[in-house]
Amino acid sequence: MPEVNLAEQSLLLGYAIRAASWLMLAALVLCILRIARGPTLADRVVALDILNILAVAYCALLTVTSGRAVYLDAGIALALVAFLVTVAFAKFIERTGIDTRNRSAEEKRDAE
Amino acid sequence: MLSEILTIVLLIAGSFFGFTAALGLIRMPDIYTRMSTSGKAATLCCGLLLAAVAFLFEDIQITAKAVIAILFLLITVPVGAHVIGRAAYREQVKSWEGTKTDGEE
Repeated sequence: MPEVNLAEQSLLLGYAIRAASWLMLAALVLCILRIARGPTLADRVVALDILNILAVAYCALLTVTSGRAVYLDAGIALALVAFLVTVAFAKFIERTGIDTRNRSAEEKRDAE
Repeated sequence: MLSEILTIVLLIAGSFFGFTAALGLIRMPDIYTRMSTSGKAATLCCGLLLAAVAFLFEDIQITAKAVIAILFLLITVPVGAHVIGRAAYREQVKSWEGTKTDGEE
């Protein structure tokens, strides 16, 4: 595997990598906030989908930072898993009707 | 020097769009708007960062892998967003009260 040590190569690139890492960290934290808060299961699944995509993006950033191409393979595998997770969760929501059940339970509780 | 500047621009722009996607996830009022904004911005984030990888490494194998990853994401992210949006619609997850429909609901 070819290796490029970039962070030491140029100061400016090092700063850019650091800024990008902080931005990605903030994005991941916001995603987790939405997963914790989201009112319905569908909201949480959307947030999980975005979290997975951002993790793929972070793998790409890690490839640039470390100069090792292995992280790119991890990113591709993660992208595959992210798609499958989203589709499986969507099927689960449609088949079980879990959001409808939760909502009608809430409405019953509010009525009482 | 030129390639370095291009890489820096791609990295900063990509991570900025990633942050925007997460911000949309927090700020938007209902699931449909969240799905719409965040899906697009997150795809752009991934695309720009992977483009930085493809541009930086002067190895045809790695560039090909990065391009394949970009194409794969361009296909799967909209499909995933559509599937989960359809599930939410069939489950009649409530939309924002300001939403305008054409009466077919």
